[in-house]
Amino acid sequence: MSAVFPVQEFAVDRPQAASIALWVFIGVACALFGLFFAAYVMRLESAEGYPLALPWQFWLSTSLLLAGSMALELALRARISRPWLLAGGMMALGFVLVQLWAWSALLAERVVPAGNPAASFLYLLTAMHGLHVLGGLGGLWLAWREPEARWRIALCARFWHFLFLLWVGLFATLGLMTPDLVRAICGG
Amino acid sequence: MHEEQHDKHEQHHEPQSFFFKYIWSQDHKVIAIQYGGTAVFVGLVGLLLSNLMRLQIGFPGYFDFINAERYYQFVTMHGMIMVVYLLTALFLGGFGNYLIPLMVGARDMVFPYLNMLSFWVYLLSVIVLMASFFVPGGPTGAGWTLYPPQAILPGTPGHDWGIILMLVSLVTFIVAATMGGLNYVSTVLQARCRGMTLLRMPLTVWGIFTATILALLAFPALFVSGLMMLLDKTIGTSFFMPALVSLGQVSDYKGGTPLLFQHLFWFFGHPEVYIVALPAFGIVSDLISVHARKCIFGYRTMVWAILAIAVLSFIVWAHHMFVSGMNPYFGFFFATSTLIIAVPTAIKVYNWLLTLWRGDIHLSVPMLFALAFISTFIVGGLTGLFLGNVSVDIPLSGSYFVVAHFHMVMGVAPLLVVFGAIYHWYPKITGRMLDDRLGHLHFWVTFIGTYLIYFPMHYLGLLGMPRRYYDYKPYDSFPESAHQLNVFITVVAIIVGVVQLVYVWNLIWSAFKGRKAEPNPWRAASLEWQTPDTPPRHGNWGPALPVVHRWAYAYSVPGAKQDFIAQNAPLSEGGVEDDEGRAHGAKGARA
Repeated sequence: MSAVFPVQEFAVDRPQAASIALWVFIGVACALFGLFFAAYVMRLESAEGYPLALPWQFWLSTSLLLAGSMALELALRARISRPWLLAGGMMALGFVLVQLWAWSALLAERVVPAGNPAASFLYLLTAMHGLHVLGGLGGLWLAWREPEARWRIALCARFWHFLFLLWVGLFATLGLMTPDLVRAICGG
Repeated sequence: MHEEQHDKHEQHHEPQSFFFKYIWSQDHKVIAIQYGGTAVFVGLVGLLLSNLMRLQIGFPGYFDFINAERYYQFVTMHGMIMVVYLLTALFLGGFGNYLIPLMVGARDMVFPYLNMLSFWVYLLSVIVLMASFFVPGGPTGAGWTLYPPQAILPGTPGHDWGIILMLVSLVTFIVAATMGGLNYVSTVLQARCRGMTLLRMPLTVWGIFTATILALLAFPALFVSGLMMLLDKTIGTSFFMPALVSLGQVSDYKGGTPLLFQHLFWFFGHPEVYIVALPAFGIVSDLISVHARKCIFGYRTMVWAILAIAVLSFIVWAHHMFVSGMNPYFGFFFATSTLIIAVPTAIKVYNWLLTLWRGDIHLSVPMLFALAFISTFIVGGLTGLFLGNVSVDIPLSGSYFVVAHFHMVMGVAPLLVVFGAIYHWYPKITGRMLDDRLGHLHFWVTFIGTYLIYFPMHYLGLLGMPRRYYDYKPYDSFPESAHQLNVFITVVAIIVGVVQLVYVWNLIWSAFKGRKAEPNPWRAASLEWQTPDTPPRHGNWGPALPVVHRWAYAYSVPGAKQDFIAQNAPLSEGGVEDDEGRAHGAKGARA
């Protein structure tokens, strides 16, 4: 026997539930990157870290991510959202590619993952952030499939704003929290 | 506003084929059983490992296949399996999945597909973990804390493949736990039925809900440390690895801080204790209330105590690191915060006792396990007060006293709750009762047996017997009685181990041949017992969702028809809690 339920009874308010889940997930990601940050500070306190010259590509990727974030905000406001969704997705993809470009620029300068801890953290943190961007593209694809579900677009936009803020925080950490500054703060 | 989505799929159909119904299933009840079955299976592996360890300690030299390397591998795998893959998975993935939707009156988790993925990713992590038994060099023997630098250096068993698989498995497990956790939190916050306010939820849900939040915030620390150690091992970064000479070879590592790993590990590791304990606290509150036919004493205090413990559990982690050396002011801080946890915990214990006080106590098997939990938890908690003090911890930290403490408080105590909970909810899950005589046998042997195993270990620890040793024979400093005690402990451990097989047999046999259960055999008031079908069908509630009018603890209400009033019984039957969370008689019911 097949049980069949009227959907109003069965379904919870899915947009609301997804919104809560996204806030919780952002909390988890904050815990994750917050702990990476704590580890970064604790690790760079030790003696042999030296500051990195960050590649200029990071400024390009930052602007791409900001543009993607704005495109999704426009997708939310525009009557026809798909072009803006596409734009946001392409910017995100572009962001990841530019990050890889930055990696290769660093590697060309012989900044390798093993060695200077500042470099190890740079590769690790950009990789973790990049994975979150790629994961977000999965959500964006769901929104693309069903553009009339505005709530999906709203969630994508929120996640993109988070990804942008997170990246700005990471960028600032990598650029400004130099080993010397960390040692000065920690009194080492 | 969301009508357009509703029109798209007007009705929700129950899956028909065996594959989609029982294997690739999105039903929270099936997923719960999958989680539970997998956890019990790895738990049996962990049990076997513990008995092998005990064989070595009790009878050193008798078993050729247990060499020092294997011994450390057994220790490591036993610890990690029991803490993460058994207890965490069983409480959150098993009980959380089964009970949350039923107890809050939902048809399923809010994201069934994600829920299903959570189980399969968990299964993957278990397979990766088990695979490490079969790789060259075997599983890691670094101790369950996996401290670098030794965990990845030659000289530690499994330093090649074992540690890599362990770290990959942990990272995978965390992904699974996060997917599950998002579901549990969203379901509790979003899918409660009408009338089910947060402060009407059974304490089981409160415990699992809070533990889930702890897991979501604490597991990232293990993720970070696991990932960074994996990179140290595979591509040669120096996050944790200091410059060192290993077996005469100068390594390429330089400048890493092993202490950083310890901080990250225990920032996860201490909340982990409460990820296991809080669901146990919640479940045991419900078991005691149901089987003593009394409302839980101080429901709101219980909720606040759970939340207070959760917050405090994030600021005590360094009490696991007193012997790592730290600024005495930090030691003072962490000792103080640790001892403060005793306050909300003691409130819970007093409330359990006051719930029992003058209750109509039914010594059913679930109740026996619940009472045993209180006793075991008090003993384990009291030794926690010893170890929370820096000056007491430092001499005892490396001894069997610590083994006794943490096995009592976070090994045996939560497992007793797991057993009690399974005896309690088995009739709802399968529609049949577990065999009572086997249950009593299981209970008495497990309860007395675990006391006989762990209580003497306090004495061994105070005697100065160090933990983590493979063989005590070469050392003259221990009296003969200590060795005899070790033989005794080993014999009891094997008996307790064998009885767990009786229990597993009971689980399997009763599922097919057990006495048919009534829908509500314990006459419980909470919502999961009020489903139209037992076991509940897909969608749980038939055509209409339940509507809740009171809390889950309306037992022995004066003037009521029965000695319990179901949460979804009509309002006119009374038993509504007042603003302070106390029950009213039938006449006190407010419209």
